[in-house]
Amino acid sequence: MGADCRPGECLALSGPSGAGKSSVLRIVAGLLRPRRGVVSCAAETWLDTETGVNVAPEGRRCGYVFQDYAIFEHLTAWQNVAFGMRGTPRRARRRRAEALLDRFGLLARADARPVTMSGGERQRVAVARALAREPAALLLDEPLSALDARTRASAGRELAGVLRDTRAPTILVTHDFAEAAVLGDRVAVVDEGRVVQVGTAAELAAAPASAFVADFTGAVVLTGVARGRDEGVTIVDLDGGGQVVSTDVAEGPVAASVYPWEIVIEPAEAAATGSARNRLAAEVVSITPVGGRVRLGLAATQPLAAEISEAAVHEMDLRPGARVTATWKATATRLVRA
Amino acid sequence: MRRSRAFGAVALVALVAVLVFLTLPIVAIFANTSPGHLIDGLDDPVARDALWLSLKTTALALLIIVVIGTPAAYLLATRDFPGRAVVQTLIELPLVLPPAAAGIGLLAALGPNGILGGALDDAGIQLVLQTAGVVVALVFVASPFYLRQAESAFGAVPSSLVEASRTLGVGEVGTFLRVSIPSARPGLLAGAALAWGRALGEFGATLMFAGSFQGITQTVPLAIYDRFSQDFAGALALSAILVCVSFVLLLSVKLVTGRGALGAAAR
Repeated sequence: MGADCRPGECLALSGPSGAGKSSVLRIVAGLLRPRRGVVSCAAETWLDTETGVNVAPEGRRCGYVFQDYAIFEHLTAWQNVAFGMRGTPRRARRRRAEALLDRFGLLARADARPVTMSGGERQRVAVARALAREPAALLLDEPLSALDARTRASAGRELAGVLRDTRAPTILVTHDFAEAAVLGDRVAVVDEGRVVQVGTAAELAAAPASAFVADFTGAVVLTGVARGRDEGVTIVDLDGGGQVVSTDVAEGPVAASVYPWEIVIEPAEAAATGSARNRLAAEVVSITPVGGRVRLGLAATQPLAAEISEAAVHEMDLRPGARVTATWKATATRLVRA
Repeated sequence: MRRSRAFGAVALVALVAVLVFLTLPIVAIFANTSPGHLIDGLDDPVARDALWLSLKTTALALLIIVVIGTPAAYLLATRDFPGRAVVQTLIELPLVLPPAAAGIGLLAALGPNGILGGALDDAGIQLVLQTAGVVVALVFVASPFYLRQAESAFGAVPSSLVEASRTLGVGEVGTFLRVSIPSARPGLLAGAALAWGRALGEFGATLMFAGSFQGITQTVPLAIYDRFSQDFAGALALSAILVCVSFVLLLSVKLVTGRGALGAAAR
């Protein structure tokens, strides 16, 4: 397995449970020693089994957010954040810890004991603590999975903002492709201990390297703003232009998701027939066979992917550059608040 | 419905029986000791010497147990090595050893003619019939209580806490002191209380290894035994004092560690 992550970039390692994602983070942080491998950050080599270099975890300057957040129960919120700060007098440490907590909206909770904190508060303390030492690399292990569904959405938005502002290379592990797509600049799909494909979420969805990646990427996600209801459907203006409708009820910024196998491809000049109310003009970008079916990467106002049979590809004589219309039903469109 | 009520009644009778059986001797000690007797008991130089010696030797024994036992228990709880189960069993052995056997064993190991007797003698260390011998006997019988408790307390600390500390730039020793010990604190205190209680009541091994000399090796349990053939009332008074000290000890640990500690001790 091999992967690179540039300064300021967030690489999302995504794959099913047990694929070896967390082990990668633990190896980078020095918590796990592989039989063979190299870990380097900027000009420093942290691990090289060939030459016997193996820097201890405390010497690697990694900010690590653990899946269970690993909050020190015997310390208050600010003491948790200040845990790794050294040398500075206590008052200066407290000031710096409070400044970080303030950034996460937790200044009022500086003296709170962990037993009194909610899951969302623990998660923010864990992220603040990981950032407190200005880490050379930021590592996040399933940072949202311990939260309930309602907290997860807001925590995810907040985390995305934090990751944008962080200059350190960041590796994020998640089993949820949608989460990887939102938080990662690039997504590396991991299966059985290897990286099977690396690219932006849209690239992976449009041109999956294997049936596994195709299944794993799941639904196509389009972002937009829900404008209102009309004739029993919600109308969503897509970012970048175009419109989709859904039977789901929503308002404001939303993510509209549709499964590639729900999308029907018609020649661009075909007249609207049937009951599919969503019709987006698109250009075929890629044609990738994935185990008995074919995934089409489509460029509409946002990247889109459709899965159709090989027979349909031949019948319509589809090739990259072809103009088509992607259609699907309003009932096949799920809306989630973004 | 009727059956569950009958079961409840049986369980209640059992609980009452347990309570009466376990508290009756303690109640009897106090019922037969007038407050005047208690004061007189404390006035007696033999009793005072015994009490002072008990506090001194148990405190010293506890200090040794905690200082050496804590890192040992940590290692046992956090490292996997071949023969770990054997080591654990060996450490627990003194728990089931009859006190008389413990005393004989200590004599055979550390007595003048014991395995290490010559070496100790060359180093100028005398244990048998000395206060130091009392401490050795106490450490031997009481340390497994602390070690067992401490090991399970360290074992229950999530490994992610230790790992988080390491990634935050704190080395192994710092992590042990700043994360592992505070996280395991309730269990460590409960273990120390159990060990102290066991040391306070120690009788057989001390008698065989160190003897029973007033002011030197005669701790409170030995003084009680020494006295009860001639002065039953005096022995009762001393027992009452020991019960009071043990009770205060147990209670203060309970108060210091909050509700969790004794629950942890029971686990």
